Amino acid sequence: MFNSIISLFSDYTFQTVALGSALLGLISGVLGSFAVLRRQSLLGDGVSHAALPGVVMAFVLTGSKNTEVLLLGALISGLLATLFIVSIVRHTRVKFDSALALVMSVFFGLGLVLLTYVQKIPNSNQAGLKRFIFGQASTLLKRDIILMVICGLILFALVLLFWKEFKLFTFDSDFAQSLGFSPKKLNLLLSFMIVLAIIIGLQTVGVILMSAMLITPAVAARQWTNKLWGMVTLSALFGAVSGILGTAASSLVPKLPTGPAIVVCVSAIVTISVLFAPGRGVLHRVYQRRKNKVLYKFEGGVSDGTAN
Amino acid sequence: MAPQIEIQIIAVIVAVACALPGTFLVLRKMSMMSDSITHTILLGIVLAFFVTHDLSSPLLIMGAALMGVVTVWLTELLSRTRLLAEDAAIGVVFPLLFSIAIILITRYAGSVHLDTDSVLLGELAFAPFDRMVIGGVDIGAKAIYTTGILLLINLAAIIVFFKELKIATFDPMLAAVLGFSPALVHYGLMALVSLTTVGAFQAVGSVLVVAFMIGPPVTAYLLTDDLKWMLILSGIIGAVNGILGYQAAALLDVSIAGSMAVVTGLVFFLVFVFAPRRGLIRSLLRRRNQKLEFAKATLLFHLSNHENSAEENAEAGVDTIKTHLHWTGEFTSKIIRSLEREDCVQLSGGLVKLTPEGRYAIMRNYITLFSP
Repeated sequence: MFNSIISLFSDYTFQTVALGSALLGLISGVLGSFAVLRRQSLLGDGVSHAALPGVVMAFVLTGSKNTEVLLLGALISGLLATLFIVSIVRHTRVKFDSALALVMSVFFGLGLVLLTYVQKIPNSNQAGLKRFIFGQASTLLKRDIILMVICGLILFALVLLFWKEFKLFTFDSDFAQSLGFSPKKLNLLLSFMIVLAIIIGLQTVGVILMSAMLITPAVAARQWTNKLWGMVTLSALFGAVSGILGTAASSLVPKLPTGPAIVVCVSAIVTISVLFAPGRGVLHRVYQRRKNKVLYKFEGGVSDGTAN
Repeated sequence: MAPQIEIQIIAVIVAVACALPGTFLVLRKMSMMSDSITHTILLGIVLAFFVTHDLSSPLLIMGAALMGVVTVWLTELLSRTRLLAEDAAIGVVFPLLFSIAIILITRYAGSVHLDTDSVLLGELAFAPFDRMVIGGVDIGAKAIYTTGILLLINLAAIIVFFKELKIATFDPMLAAVLGFSPALVHYGLMALVSLTTVGAFQAVGSVLVVAFMIGPPVTAYLLTDDLKWMLILSGIIGAVNGILGYQAAALLDVSIAGSMAVVTGLVFFLVFVFAPRRGLIRSLLRRRNQKLEFAKATLLFHLSNHENSAEENAEAGVDTIKTHLHWTGEFTSKIIRSLEREDCVQLSGGLVKLTPEGRYAIMRNYITLFSP
C-alpha cells in the first residue's frame, strides 16, 4: 500500500491531474466563499449548465476543439445566463431560485439542440464535446494546467485588489453603496469572477459536480471561523486537499471516477465540520443544551417563583 | 396512431403533469429543489436495481421517488441546523448523492445498460417503440399510459388537497393553527414532485424536467394573481410549449426535449417582455414615470423652500437649479418644461417661479408623501 502511494506520487499523469484538481479546489474554494456568503450558492449549478450551448456554439463557429476556444464560448454563455437571471429578478416578481432554474434548464436544452445539430454536420468530429457535461479529470494536459494557473493568478490578484470592496459589499451592500461604491459594478465583477472559476472547473469535474466544488469547501470553512480571510483561506485549503485526495483515491481504487471521488472527499470534510466545529457544530450545541439542562435543574428549583 | 402524434401526446401529458406541482414549487421558492431531485433519483434507481437486478421493475420507480423524498429530508435536516443557508444545503446534498450514484454505476453496474447519458438527456423520439400490448392488441405507446397515470395522480392530488396546499403555501402558520400539519403537506407535495420527476425524466431527461416544472408556472406567474388561474395557465402554456417544441424539433431535426426547453424559454421571454402588468416594458415605463414624477415634486419643493428668500436668485435660476439638485442640464430643462406645461411654474427674468397651481401641487404632494 505504502509503496503504491509512493510510486503514485512520482507518476507524471497523476501529478498533472492532482495538480489540476488541487488548483481547481483552490480557485473554487476562494470564489465559492463569496458565492456562499452572498447566498448565491446555486449560481454555480446554473452557470455550469448554461455553459453547454456556449461550448457547442464555439465549436460550430470555429471548428476548433481547443480547450481555450471552447472555454471562451462557455464563459460567454455563462455570463449571458447570469445577465438574464439578474434582469428577470430585477424587473419581475420572479424570485432568484425560479429564474435560475428556468434559465439554466433552457440554456441546457439549447445546448442539447445544438449538440444534435452538430452531429448532423458532415466531417465534424464533435466527440469530446460531451466531456464538458460529465467532466474528465484524467484528460487534463499540461497546457490545461497552465491555463488554470493563469486564470487562477488573475482571479487571486483581483480578489486581493478588491478585498475591502468585496468584503464590504458581501456583508453590507447598502453601506457600501452609501460610501460611494457602485454595487452594480462590484456585483458584475464578482459574478464575472465566479463564472470564470466555474468555467475553469468544467472539464475537470463536469457540469453537475462543479457546483459542489464551489459550495462545499466554503460551507465547511464557514463552520470553523467568523473571519472572512480565515474562511477564504480554509476554503481554498479544503478544496485543494480534497482535489488531491480524490485524485489519489481514484488512482488507487480501480474504476473510481475522479470527479465524484473529489466530491465525496469534500462532502466528508463538510460533514465533519458541521458535526464537530468548535463553538458552532451540532455536537457542541447538543453538549451545551445538556449542560444548560443540568444547570437549569440545579438552579431552577430554588429561584423559580421566589424572584417575583 | 402515427408515432409523431404519439410523441406529441406524451409531450403534452408530461408538460401538464410537471407544470401542476411546479406551480407550488415556484410559489414556495423551492424551484431548485426540482433540480436537486432530478439528479438524486439516479441513486434511487441504482440502489433499487441492486435489489431487483431488473431494469424494468416498478421497484426502480419506487426507489427513485423515495430517494427524492430522502433528498428533501436530508436538505432540510442540514439547513435546520442553521449552520448554512438553505440554497447551500441543496448544493451540498445533491452533488454528494449524485456522485455516489455515479461511483456505484461505474464500479458495479458497468455491464448493464444503465448509463448516465440516457438518464440525464432522455430521448422522447424512442418512446413510440415501447408498445403497450394487452391481450395481443397494440393499444399505443407505453409512455402514454405511464405518463397519463402520472397526470391523473397529480390532478387528483391537487384537486383533493387544493385548500390545504393553498393555505400551507401562502400561510403555513394559519395552516398549523387550522390543524393540518404544514410539514405533512410539504412532504406530500415533495413526494408528488419526486414521482413526477421519475415519471417524466424517462421521456425528457432529468435536466429538462426542470424546464417543464418551472418554466410554465413562472410564465403564468407573470400573468395572473390567482392560484387556480396560475395552475390552469401553467398547464396550457406547458402543453403549447410541448407541441411547438416538437414541431420545431421535427422541422430542424434536433433533440425534441431540448427543443421543447428552448420553446419554454422563448415563450417565457415573450411574456417577460410584453406581459400587460408585470412585463419588462411596463416595468421600465413605470420606473421612468416614477423618476419624472419624483423629480417634478423635488423641484417644486426646492422652489417653495427658497421662494422670496435672499438666495432665490442663486437657487431658482433656470441655469443654477441643475447644480443645486445635482441634475444634468438636459434633465433639468425637461422637468422645467414639463412643469410649465402643467402650469405649475412660469419663467420670469431667468428665474423659475411657482404659480398658484404649483403651490396647490406642492400641498397635494406633501399630503400624499407625509400624511399617514
